[in-house]
Amino acid sequence: MIEASQAHPAAIEARAVTKIYRAGESRVAALDRIDLAVRAGEVVLLMGPSGSGKTTLLSVLGCILRPTSGEVYVEGRLASGLRERELARLRLSHIGFVFQSYNLFPTLRAAENVMVALDLKGVRGDAAARAARDALDMVGLSDKQNVLPEDLSGGQKQRLAIARALALGPRIVLADEPTAALDSVNGRLVISLMRDLAKSQGRAVIIVSHDNRILEFADRIVHIEDGKIAERGAALAGTPLSS
Amino acid sequence: MLPAMRLPMTGLIAVRNLLHDRMRLFVTLTGVVFSVVLIAVQSGLFVGFTTSTSCVIDNTDADVWVASKGVRNFDVTNPLKQAKYYQVLSVPGVALVKRFIVQFANWRKPAGGMESIEIVGFDAITGMGKPWNMTDGDSALLDIPDTVVFDRFYLGKLGVTGVGDHAEINDRRARIVGLTRDIRSFTTSPYVFASLRTALEYTKYKADEFTYLLVKAAPGVTPAELARAIKARVDAVDVFTSREFARATQWYWMFTTGAGMALVIAAALGLVVGGVVVAQTLYATTMDHLAEFGTLRAMGAGGPYIYKIILWQAVLSALAGYGLGISISFFVVHNAGRGGANIVLTASMAAGLFFLTLFMCTAAAMVSIHKVVRIDPAMVFKGA
Repeated sequence: MIEASQAHPAAIEARAVTKIYRAGESRVAALDRIDLAVRAGEVVLLMGPSGSGKTTLLSVLGCILRPTSGEVYVEGRLASGLRERELARLRLSHIGFVFQSYNLFPTLRAAENVMVALDLKGVRGDAAARAARDALDMVGLSDKQNVLPEDLSGGQKQRLAIARALALGPRIVLADEPTAALDSVNGRLVISLMRDLAKSQGRAVIIVSHDNRILEFADRIVHIEDGKIAERGAALAGTPLSS
Repeated sequence: MLPAMRLPMTGLIAVRNLLHDRMRLFVTLTGVVFSVVLIAVQSGLFVGFTTSTSCVIDNTDADVWVASKGVRNFDVTNPLKQAKYYQVLSVPGVALVKRFIVQFANWRKPAGGMESIEIVGFDAITGMGKPWNMTDGDSALLDIPDTVVFDRFYLGKLGVTGVGDHAEINDRRARIVGLTRDIRSFTTSPYVFASLRTALEYTKYKADEFTYLLVKAAPGVTPAELARAIKARVDAVDVFTSREFARATQWYWMFTTGAGMALVIAAALGLVVGGVVVAQTLYATTMDHLAEFGTLRAMGAGGPYIYKIILWQAVLSALAGYGLGISISFFVVHNAGRGGANIVLTASMAAGLFFLTLFMCTAAAMVSIHKVVRIDPAMVFKGA
């Protein structure tokens, strides 16, 4: 198990997390006693073959999926056992999501896409407009505020998705294949942006990816196979948090 | 930054979702408009018919109506005998009693051809039961023998052109001395007003026969008290307050003949069809945007936030559809009146229909909400 030191508590941590899917009589362990802790300012890359359980792990860490057993801590708070409404509040206040297919609102302009996230937290009116502008500035889309997603390039869409995720100031960012739909230039740009934001603003960033081009941007690479952290990944994941 | 930002974000998303697919919006609005117009017209017909069945009762200044035993409506009943007049007159609490005749007759047009009419014979001295809404001529002239007044709407049907024309009623000469407006009969036979004396000549009634006794209560006596007193002292008659007799007549024509039920069913069908169309299109819109709703859930939006978006869509559809629908309905009602249909669409009916439309659309939205409730936020991650 990961030992989270008192001096450097993990931003997010999974302890002995197991997720079992049942289909009729059969049981499939998508995750098998996973231990993982990610500190603030750290970029962790989850890699593994399709069906290895990395997206399931991301869902569990994001408090979207409940583990069958084990515990998830979000900034020191035990998420397991919370009710749906409390989990939604926890996600809203602590976790930002970036998706492979962007999941933007196609009918809303760029600034409005960011303002939706702010609206969920009760930030509205001029304050929301200012915050949206700042978030778009941060990802280099200040000149695209009134543009619909369909008029943005793939890279711009993903940067907009990042702006939306970061607008609420989450300490944890979870990204699912954020470069999968991008060419190499845009892919590097997006990952580089995520790393910069992690380092400059002390956010914990966990990225699920198949993309070998982005390995250099990660502080740690965790390999998952058959629902378990593989040998090499385990060694990396086991790196003391204080190191 | 953006003008539309004045709406709450849930409203803005709803507006954009609706406008995103114009054809679907068109179908949604068509459903709402269809529903509003159908309900408005059918309800208007219902109210119009209902009002017309009792219009003579409602416009006659009597407190109590006395009729032969077993009467079910204003238009069809047996005659009473003169003895009843005196019996009623002797009841304490009675201030005034007047005879009143209602009887079907045949109208022979000047150019040939017959129409059925309904003679309404009233006491010309007191004027109790006289025609109202006079537009031409003078009802006071009905004191002259063989004169009649009817609604100008029936001029064409009765084959005459206006005041001064002549025709025959049951083979007896009739001169038109006045015209009214908006006195429509529920039956196909127009009301033709005449003095009691003239009406006796036109109908086959004997000199001591009449159809109703119209009674005025003495000061301090209520119509209900008077009706009870007459019932207690006069046998073999039915006694109603004006209100009771109007309701009994309305009920008879609207619900024992099936006419009213047909209108109610048509209006209900409008509600159901409109509701189904709105539910279908809202559901399709919701399905189109399911990924976005899933994203909202993943980001931490509670169920009520997403329900608000769907309800906004329903309410906006209702507002737009109602606005169009009620405008069309008023246009239809206005023009139908010229064509002879008695459709009543009042402001209070329009207000009621507004709330009914809102209810229909929000109820239709429940189908979509039911779907959204079951969204698994994990859908946002591929393969999860």
